[in-house]
Amino acid sequence: MEYFLQQLINGVTLGAIYGLIAIGYTMVYGIIGMINFAHGEIFMIGAFISFIAFLLLGALGITFVPLALLLVLLLAMVFTSVYGWTVERLAYRPLRGSFRLAPLISAIGMSIFLQNYVQVLQGARVKPLQPVVTGGFQMFKGDGFAVSFSYLQIVIILVTVVLMASFSLLIGRTALGRAQRACEQDRVMTALLGIDVDRTISTTFVMGAALAAVAGLMFMLYYGVIDFYIGFLAGIKAFTAAVLGGIGSLPGAMLGGLLIGLIETFWSAYFSIEYKDVAAYSILVLVLIFRPTGLLGKPEIEKV
Amino acid sequence: MAAETADTPQHPPQDGIAAILKDAGIAALISLALALPLFGFRIVGFGSGRGLALEERWDWVVTAVLAVFAGRIALNLWLRRFRAVLAIGGRVGDGVGDKIGQAVAAAPRLGRILQAAKPAFRIAVAGALLAVALAWPAFPFVDRYLLDLGVIVLTYVMLGWGLNIVVGLAGLLDLGYVAFYAVGAYSYALLALHFDLGFWECLPLAGAFAAFFGIVLGFPVLRLRGDYLAIVTLGFGEIIRIILINWYPVTNGPNGISGIPRPSFFGLPFAADPPEGTVAFHQFFGLEYASTQRIAFLYYVILALALVTNLFTLRIRRLPVGRAWEALREDEIACRSLGINPRNTKLTAFAIGAMFAGFGGSFFATRQGFISPESFSFIESAIILAIVVLGGMGSQLGVVLAAVLLIGVTEFFRELEQFRMLAFGAGMVAIMVWRPRGLLAHRDPTIRLHARGEKA
Repeated sequence: MEYFLQQLINGVTLGAIYGLIAIGYTMVYGIIGMINFAHGEIFMIGAFISFIAFLLLGALGITFVPLALLLVLLLAMVFTSVYGWTVERLAYRPLRGSFRLAPLISAIGMSIFLQNYVQVLQGARVKPLQPVVTGGFQMFKGDGFAVSFSYLQIVIILVTVVLMASFSLLIGRTALGRAQRACEQDRVMTALLGIDVDRTISTTFVMGAALAAVAGLMFMLYYGVIDFYIGFLAGIKAFTAAVLGGIGSLPGAMLGGLLIGLIETFWSAYFSIEYKDVAAYSILVLVLIFRPTGLLGKPEIEKV
Repeated sequence: MAAETADTPQHPPQDGIAAILKDAGIAALISLALALPLFGFRIVGFGSGRGLALEERWDWVVTAVLAVFAGRIALNLWLRRFRAVLAIGGRVGDGVGDKIGQAVAAAPRLGRILQAAKPAFRIAVAGALLAVALAWPAFPFVDRYLLDLGVIVLTYVMLGWGLNIVVGLAGLLDLGYVAFYAVGAYSYALLALHFDLGFWECLPLAGAFAAFFGIVLGFPVLRLRGDYLAIVTLGFGEIIRIILINWYPVTNGPNGISGIPRPSFFGLPFAADPPEGTVAFHQFFGLEYASTQRIAFLYYVILALALVTNLFTLRIRRLPVGRAWEALREDEIACRSLGINPRNTKLTAFAIGAMFAGFGGSFFATRQGFISPESFSFIESAIILAIVVLGGMGSQLGVVLAAVLLIGVTEFFRELEQFRMLAFGAGMVAIMVWRPRGLLAHRDPTIRLHARGEKA
């Protein structure tokens, strides 16, 4: 029971990180219908910028942890957003209205480019960071096994919940969110109604990148090591999460992220750690076969 | 700040030095934000704990920003001149889409010439390419390195043609093609090592295994459409790789399988001193031993395999199943209403594509003599798909051009090691932005009831 509870906590934490990345995929897919393959790389760049920001703050003598965390969060979100915006501007916007595969290939190229860009600039070696947030609660002590709920896990889950709630509000209640939902339904009509579609799409990429940056920061804090290759696997799993939840649906992305995190954690805990990625993909395949629109997705109506 | 950056003009300013300077200034500002964290600082001093530090590289940031500033001005000046030329010709763009893409696309290009050219011209180009390919090992300047490069390029040409059946003809987006390549390679390696079978005996078996995998994997997922199919096939590719890494008793895990037998020329091995009782290739033909003989043989094997793939595709396009693939790509609903079974039709395309990947895989295994899961990562699938799409989906000649361009040209940057893949990624994006439909345009269906209208 204690073991189960511990895995539940770990799984939810991991799921929070996947969920944050998945939102970026699902928003972009919803609005322009493309798999933003480079999104995983944006997440990786977010992790690197967070890493650098931490070292910079350390060098400047800011060691009060909550303040440092907040500053790093802001810095990472701002600078990573610029990357998200630039990727859209250079690699996707010129291809808007082009045939279906073109943006996907461009995105794969961008993903390869960004991976090697970071490798060239920051070196290929794995970069370890000393734990920043330490300590935690111990619950249900006894039998030589205690369930621990670390402060870091609490921070990750809290920040994710706050961000997701504010994002839901942003999409649901503001003019910007309305514009985004309108673009999702009909881009031509939206443009006729006087909404700058290009700018709305750019904003979507910026928002997705900002969330990916938060995920990158958390990944770095949680695992303590980053390298230029982390974006690929995390990106694929987050995309799996987005599809699982129903692509285009914001709550779906969160639910999917949570499920993928839980599946992965429980699979490694109870079955085999080598095949944890196989578990995630198998679930994806099963869901797509039996519920092609994902758990919370709207069924697609075929028009002739 | 992030939201403000979205305010930059979408198109380069029309005229005026001030406007150009302002535009370049904004571009420089954005590049400053991009370069500041990653160019400006480098994480150095690894090891335990506090040993980490940052190395400052302000000169890099300044160089990058200045380069972007200058580049943007140059681009704008060039565009202005270009637009003036266009205006004289009375062919000003209609203002939709990106001006850069439009301006560049308006320029005459090799692909466009080829596309517009008569079929006879295309056949001549294909014939010339074939002649060069056939004579390649005989050219005096072709050394061992160039011969090897030819083998690599041809391997990708063959894989590209194989994937073209799936992506180009049937319109199924497959991001896990490398899985079948891996199945073929491991089939050959295991069969040859455990059952002592030769390359030519294993080749059909490896193809059959790969096709079988294609059917097994394709059956449940082929009713998915477009991007869903892409992500599921990507998942399958990764699953196969993970299994190869972890299934130690059979695949030897990440260490891979070594000592895979080399092919022999009708039973004559390529070796300096052949084992007792056999006659080596050079002895049989009374030649001096040279290591290039084996590579030249491999070169012709892969050339033959590639040509078989090409011939197969060219012929099957004219069969009912080939027609059904193309029809399915164009309109699935119409196909269903005409009584074509979409699942079975797609499954044949998937299985045949997989079979050719299996052939390619066995060839890869015999050429390398060593295989490990590392050779079958997602990046390979991405490269093969890129070759198909960059060439122009469904175009056989385009695959050759794209393979030569992507593999051959980036191979020359090999000395620059880490910059090679950087250039590769940037090249993929650039070609897509420049010619979204590929170097040679998208292939039309082989037959049409009505001539294609104005609408492209």
